Amino acid sequence: MDFFTIVQLGDASIRMAIPLLLACLAGLFSERAGIFDIGLEGKMLAAAFLSAAVSFASGSVWVGLLAGIGISIALSIVHGLASITFRGNQLISGVAINFFAAGLTVVIAQGWFAQGGRTPSLSGAARFDGIDFPGALTRVREKMQASPGMQFYSEFVSGHSILVYIGLLSVPLTWWILYRTRFGLRLRAVGEAPEAVDTAGISVVGLRYSAVIICGILCGIAGAYLSTAVQAGFTKDMTANRGFIALAALIFAKWRPWYALGACLLFGLFFAIDNRFQNIQLQVLWIMVILIGASAAMVLYAIKREKIDVIVLGGLSAVLTVIALATWVGSTGEEAGLVAALFETVKVPSQLIQSLPYLFVVIVLAGFVGKAIPPRAGGQPYVKER
Amino acid sequence: MNAPAIELKGISKAFGPVQANKDISISVMPGTIHGIIGENGAGKSTLMSILYGFYKADAGEIYVGGNRTDIPDSQAAIAAGIGMVFQHFKLVQNFSVLENVVLGAEDGAMLKPSLAKARKQLKSLAEEYELNVDPDAIIQDIGVGMQQRVEILKALYREADILILDEPTGVLTPAEADQLFRILRRLKQEGKTIILITHKLREIMDITDTVSVMRRGEMVGSVKTVDTNPADLAERMVGRKVLLRVDKTPAQPKDTVLEVRGLNVTDAQGVHRLKDVSFNIRAGEILGIAGVSGNGQSELLEVLGGYEKATGEILLNGEAIDLTGAHSDGQSRRNRGIAHVPEDRQHEGLIMEFSAWENTAFGYHHDARYQKGALMDNKAILADAQEKMDRFDVRPPNPMLAAKNFSGGNQQKIVVAREIERDPDLLLVGQPTRGVDIGAIEFIHQQIVALRDKGKAILLVSVELDEIMGLSDRIAVMFDGQIMGERLPSETDETELGLLMAGVTDTDAPHSVKEIEDNLAHAGTGEKV
Repeated sequence: MDFFTIVQLGDASIRMAIPLLLACLAGLFSERAGIFDIGLEGKMLAAAFLSAAVSFASGSVWVGLLAGIGISIALSIVHGLASITFRGNQLISGVAINFFAAGLTVVIAQGWFAQGGRTPSLSGAARFDGIDFPGALTRVREKMQASPGMQFYSEFVSGHSILVYIGLLSVPLTWWILYRTRFGLRLRAVGEAPEAVDTAGISVVGLRYSAVIICGILCGIAGAYLSTAVQAGFTKDMTANRGFIALAALIFAKWRPWYALGACLLFGLFFAIDNRFQNIQLQVLWIMVILIGASAAMVLYAIKREKIDVIVLGGLSAVLTVIALATWVGSTGEEAGLVAALFETVKVPSQLIQSLPYLFVVIVLAGFVGKAIPPRAGGQPYVKER
Repeated sequence: MNAPAIELKGISKAFGPVQANKDISISVMPGTIHGIIGENGAGKSTLMSILYGFYKADAGEIYVGGNRTDIPDSQAAIAAGIGMVFQHFKLVQNFSVLENVVLGAEDGAMLKPSLAKARKQLKSLAEEYELNVDPDAIIQDIGVGMQQRVEILKALYREADILILDEPTGVLTPAEADQLFRILRRLKQEGKTIILITHKLREIMDITDTVSVMRRGEMVGSVKTVDTNPADLAERMVGRKVLLRVDKTPAQPKDTVLEVRGLNVTDAQGVHRLKDVSFNIRAGEILGIAGVSGNGQSELLEVLGGYEKATGEILLNGEAIDLTGAHSDGQSRRNRGIAHVPEDRQHEGLIMEFSAWENTAFGYHHDARYQKGALMDNKAILADAQEKMDRFDVRPPNPMLAAKNFSGGNQQKIVVAREIERDPDLLLVGQPTRGVDIGAIEFIHQQIVALRDKGKAILLVSVELDEIMGLSDRIAVMFDGQIMGERLPSETDETELGLLMAGVTDTDAPHSVKEIEDNLAHAGTGEKV
């Protein structure tokens, strides 16, 4: 693997991480204020559709972006009504938004454009293009021959769409809002102890609605990014469960903005590996070492922690071990014995690579990565006590 | 004469069909400590919540410093110079003291200047009122007494002149309560007005200047504290003469019924909750376990009652009890003659949505007399329930009513009736009178003593020191999962027990409140004390 491949991989990681990051920060605002939001996925999807459709209709991607943010905020307010004003179950409301978006986007797209639930391809001003920084090379051939520093600058730093930079800037901005402003203090307080906020004479409802609306704005940008920057148009279910992966990243990040950046970049890296290396060839020995090593680590951890995750992690490690052994046994043939088979080179199934981010989500959610303490009042509607 | 600091005129408030406050008028003079006393559910907290803008009164007027003031929300109350320290603290657990003080009283959109100002202000408040707190400590790391101080500081930071404290000593050890009272006296000296809500007669007599008595949502009247006495106040609270002390003869202990040896419990978080607990109880005696809540008493009851696993040994009438195996459940304990009045009657003692007659059979519904073939004999259970409710004076005596519709005292009578009527060898009683009115306390205490006099063994766990002192034949004090020592009620006093409750065994040496608070803050967190 040469340096340029690594730079390209990093570049792709960022591209893939941005929608996750925006959704993750959206979830962070909402959950820090005590409103669990499982509807990130639905909001992103609705925003992806509407921004693509409006961009196409108006010819301006900015108008499209605004429309995407608008629909996402609208859905956020629905979630707010259900969970803040009417004190309903936050999970149910979120699931409802997901179903609503998954179904309605395709139906409206079909009715509007009659292209099988897609929007027409976007081009020109109806799409976010990469911004080339001064002096950056744009041709792949030129980049490959440039010095490492130039490769890094041209491929990694320059050439992203404006939304990527907005996404990256929103990390320090979120941190600053949470920890350096009055609003941030109150927001964190309302997710931990709404009664403390209420007795201090601040409106719990108002704070929670602001959080939910910020969540809507960020989800809207994330959705628009998918359909107008990454792709050139909307396709059915194009968010591909990124909303849920963002929630896993949020837990992994322990509800902190900088950690969220790290978690999302890691997930982005998995997606980038999947995109770039459909074809990985490895010696059977290495496959066995990696898979059995990972499963042994999981089992040891599960035993040490004595928690319910024993079942999840144990099952997962069993699957990995079986895959490893099957690969080994499958490599033995008439000409190769069991020992020789260890040094055979086999192609790693692309499905396994594709499933990496999702496998990692399972591991994160099973509590494999440290202990995460959610905001104390999360998921509970606030009712003044008698 | 000055205008009253607070004057309420004709305040009424109803929650649905329940009239929590009926036409209440009260006047609190500035620079005094004014006590409001009444039983649970008398409407004290509701009245103060109205004053603090938490609820809106249906009728009535509020005057602050002689001026008619509308208090639609907490913000208005704060603006009028009213601060409140709630019974359950309203603090953000993972914030620092400073952040909690500033929350809601920030100066601008940026935090830094507000925090800097609050830090300076806290320092001067600490000097002025002797309220020392580390501004950078995280709330969940400091003890309850300290947290309460933060609540007081919050009110003072908002420049409150009138401070309302709702049952402030419920969570404190006697030493911490003394410290709190010192602070309150200091605040009074500095000209603050303090309203103290409590159901403890002793506190009223100790610290207040004037006392107002409430009963069933109505104001019975206000008197100067010097002109009254505990018996008189109790009579006003309940509406009849009450026996404040438990009437009992000396115990006649016989054979050992319960023997506990080297009991250890580690909870799911890996915290060591019980550490080598050993004691015994004989027939015809009451062993009282004193301690600040959360020091292992609950776990002890759970182990004995059969819903927590433990290592060690428990012998009942000389035979070992299964602590971890197939017979370590509550049903097996009941079959062996252990009855249990749990600490939390609303969650562990009763099913609130179920009717009283169903509740009187829980845990004993396998009894032959409740069975008719393969089915439950509901008629027999109902008749039995009716009979128990009559004998234990449960009001209203209607077995069809859901448990949640009875008052705290009557709920507890249902549980006590169910458990005592089994004629157990050992009765476990946790917090028998928490949230129970004085009249019912008297009755429940009599029942426990009567069971003892029938030659049964009783384990009493209570955080009320008065109850432990009055009811027990022997007292064991728990701290941080250990038994710190056993005392006879006749040979000890509240000071000694209070020190033991704070983990101080050398009860003769002088001790600072700081040492006690540090001990308590670390107890139960799994840290080494």
